[in-house]
Amino acid sequence: MWRVLPSAVSTCYTGKSSHMSIIFQIIAFDELRTDFKNPIDQSNPTRARERILNIERICNLLRRLVVPEYSIHGLFCLMFMCAGEWVTLGLNIPLLFYHLWRFFHRPADGSEVMYDPVSVMNADILNYCQKESWCKLGFYLLSFFYYLYSMVYALVSF
Amino acid sequence: MNDKSSVDIVNVVNDYCTTITPVLFLFNQPPGGPGPAQLSPSLAAMSLQSSTPEALRVVNLLQERNLLPPTPVPAPTPCLPQDLQKINCNPEVFRCTLTSIPQTQSLLNKAKMPLGLLLHPFKDLSQLPVVTSSTIVRCRSCRTYINPFVSFLDQRRWKCNLCYRVNDVPEEFMYNPVSRSYGEPHKRPEVQNATIEFIAPSEYMLRPPQPAVYLFVLDVSHNAVETGYLNVFCQSLLDNINALPGDSRTKVGFITFDSTIHFYNLQEGLSQPQMLIVSDIEDIFLPTPDSLLVNLNECKELVQDLLKSLPTLFGKTMETQSALGSALQAAFKLLSPTGGRMSVFQTQLPNLGVGALQSREDPNQRASAKDIQHLSPATDFYKKLALDCSGQQVAVDLFLLSAQYCDLASLGCISRYSAGSVYYYPSYHHQHSPAQVERFQKDLKRYLTRKIGFEAVMRIRCTKGLSIHTFHGNFFVRSTDLLSLPNVNPDAGFAVQMSIEDNLDDMQVVSFQAALLYTSSKGERRIRVHTLCLPVVSSLSDIFSGADVQAMTGLLACMAVDRSVTASLSDARDAMTNAAIDSLTSYRQSVLTIQQPGLLAPACLRLFPLYILALLKQKAFRTGTSTRLDDRVFAMCQLKYQPLFYAMLMIHPALYRVDDLTDEGALNINERTIPQPRVLQLSVEKLSREGAFLMDTGTVMYLWIGRNCHPNFLTQVLGVPNYAAVPENLYLLPELDTAESQRTRAFVGWLRDQRPFYPSLHVIRDESQLKANFMQNMIEDRTASALSYYEFLLHLQQQISK
Repeated sequence: MWRVLPSAVSTCYTGKSSHMSIIFQIIAFDELRTDFKNPIDQSNPTRARERILNIERICNLLRRLVVPEYSIHGLFCLMFMCAGEWVTLGLNIPLLFYHLWRFFHRPADGSEVMYDPVSVMNADILNYCQKESWCKLGFYLLSFFYYLYSMVYALVSF
Repeated sequence: MNDKSSVDIVNVVNDYCTTITPVLFLFNQPPGGPGPAQLSPSLAAMSLQSSTPEALRVVNLLQERNLLPPTPVPAPTPCLPQDLQKINCNPEVFRCTLTSIPQTQSLLNKAKMPLGLLLHPFKDLSQLPVVTSSTIVRCRSCRTYINPFVSFLDQRRWKCNLCYRVNDVPEEFMYNPVSRSYGEPHKRPEVQNATIEFIAPSEYMLRPPQPAVYLFVLDVSHNAVETGYLNVFCQSLLDNINALPGDSRTKVGFITFDSTIHFYNLQEGLSQPQMLIVSDIEDIFLPTPDSLLVNLNECKELVQDLLKSLPTLFGKTMETQSALGSALQAAFKLLSPTGGRMSVFQTQLPNLGVGALQSREDPNQRASAKDIQHLSPATDFYKKLALDCSGQQVAVDLFLLSAQYCDLASLGCISRYSAGSVYYYPSYHHQHSPAQVERFQKDLKRYLTRKIGFEAVMRIRCTKGLSIHTFHGNFFVRSTDLLSLPNVNPDAGFAVQMSIEDNLDDMQVVSFQAALLYTSSKGERRIRVHTLCLPVVSSLSDIFSGADVQAMTGLLACMAVDRSVTASLSDARDAMTNAAIDSLTSYRQSVLTIQQPGLLAPACLRLFPLYILALLKQKAFRTGTSTRLDDRVFAMCQLKYQPLFYAMLMIHPALYRVDDLTDEGALNINERTIPQPRVLQLSVEKLSREGAFLMDTGTVMYLWIGRNCHPNFLTQVLGVPNYAAVPENLYLLPELDTAESQRTRAFVGWLRDQRPFYPSLHVIRDESQLKANFMQNMIEDRTASALSYYEFLLHLQQQISK
């Protein structure tokens, strides 16, 4: 019975939380890209503050999601290791290393983890973050179905 | 193997026998001729597949010693038809690293050269056409301004050169007010000038244009009063108070701070300025709602009284603490209703209240041969404040006049993201460093009186298929193609990196347009538009022939600064060396038809390894030589902020011999004869004990006197009888009535006139303390921690032939 537990928990998790956070990230990048629609508003000095506050707000939200996502993923890798699910662990190890690399290569000024409002609007950084989110969405989706399958399999064979 | 060793011997012989190198030149370069990277107009008219244009002449860098042209290196001319190139944008304003754009991204990747633009959009121009028009003709879909490179399908329709949409010519545009003719829209000034300024109609004015508002935030701690900068500042402002750009609505205000914040009530009607002290620095508030920022015209006398009394007011202060963060917050509160410019003068590390900084520099690590730490900000307080300022159209300019470490890496953020500028005067003291004082005075004069634009935004558009992906400079990027500039000033340069998203297959030319919308100091909303047009090519050799080596160096410097802060300094250094290796490898493999031994480069890129070595030895990136952290960070700021012309002087200074100036080849400007000495290579080999040499590094000039310098020069130009009598701290050329003195002063004056800021002059002898600074600029020589130019070339050759 306990063999089902890791798969069940991870299915729930990937099904709900990581999906939510990644989908939120994707929507957030789209929102970041949209400055005021009207070019007149874009050059309006009174709108500048609104735009900056918008960018800062979105960056703050994105930043707050980063550490929870990484730590929960890390916990799950730990859980797979304890449960002896080596195949699942092997599938998740690359993502774990990627998360570690991202975490330790963040800019070192104070509280910023990443998503710095002053540089996020440069197209190369924005495109990179968007690509990252889409890839992660694909990965979590595939792993969700894999966990679902293995949970059903474990249940059936029990 | 035998071949290689014999070639090496030949090269070694060449290194030491400068007399035989002219014989070994393959193509002799005529002295004073045009720069080889410039294609003559007749060649430009021919197809690009003509027999080896001058730019592609093969140069063996290991054999040819004298690569520098005698005059400053000119910008390459794009290979466009004569009529298009005639109206193309001035390269001093708008320049591209590759003047022939590759057709596809894969071709660009194969060329291994960076693609980017360097602009100086608000440069002081002597001739600027200004157009007042009720309608500004723009493309309906991409909103591009009409420019000289659009095509008119017939008299009534025009095709945009950026998105290729066909637009209608409005009725008013058919009439040309300049020639008073009808029916010739292509003769209008908008279509005849690549740089033009529009006076914007009311649709562009969404709130009443802001007045010019200037706020000065001054450090008055004991340290600050010791340096004596307050005297210079107050005197300078008094002298220039009538020349501040603005109109009748101009406002000024003053805040001074040490451990408390002092405001000045300058209300009209008061007999003298009233100082209000706020000591609650944790929660700063404005003591009175108005009259802290007053109308300059109405309260001029009070302002002048304040400026006269400020230096003495704090003469006896013993305060050692500096609450800069709170002062900035207070100043922001004061300026946020209107926007404007904040000038901050700081002489020590802020150590009190919010935004207090620690001394992070370890003096033992200054000469570290490995990585340099603490290049990124310690706190995000200044960055956040800069963003708040940017949102309220406030720009912060920082003047740092300190002898100790001030953490410019953190403080500089306040200017970087609010479109301000940073000025740095290390070890400023009114008695001990008179050259700095003179430079500060002249810089202040320029700073207070130069043209200024408020609440500006800048958008850079490119032809469909190209896209901009990174911006460099002092501003806030608010959208992928829109920059927010609370202040725009004529001394700021910008750089962008581009990539090719879609193939430019069926295009002959591509265009770039930079549009700067700003409020002038007189309250007019204006738009300055620059358009650049470049050809598209499909072969690697054409790309190489159009490479602009100075623009590439400038862009690489910006990229290296970013890399040093986000990754590490050694990463940035490796990246720069790899840029040289990759481009020369690509040339060797893809363009060269005949493989010869040696380090081969096209003539247009022959200076590239020299400039890369100059960057590696630049204060910003050098390792192994003791460099103060603030000096290094300031050099990085300048590399990103300065327009290309001055950045190149900083990277590769110009060296001239001045003790034998003649009138041969001199320029005649305003009835003054200005001698034009040859630009020399930066090597001690070119120095001579019998001569005097002038080195121009942009902000500083060094006049080095050789030990056995001809006494004629000493007496006629410097006014001293012999070498031993040359004073230690001489920073002025005496105005003697001799021909040599006039020539020298004319030449130095001409160099100074070419730039808006004031370079200080130092006359140095062999024993002077500044000799180390002078010698550090001798890029081609070997030092304890860096390679000589020849060794660097050998290193490149080794990497290329791997």
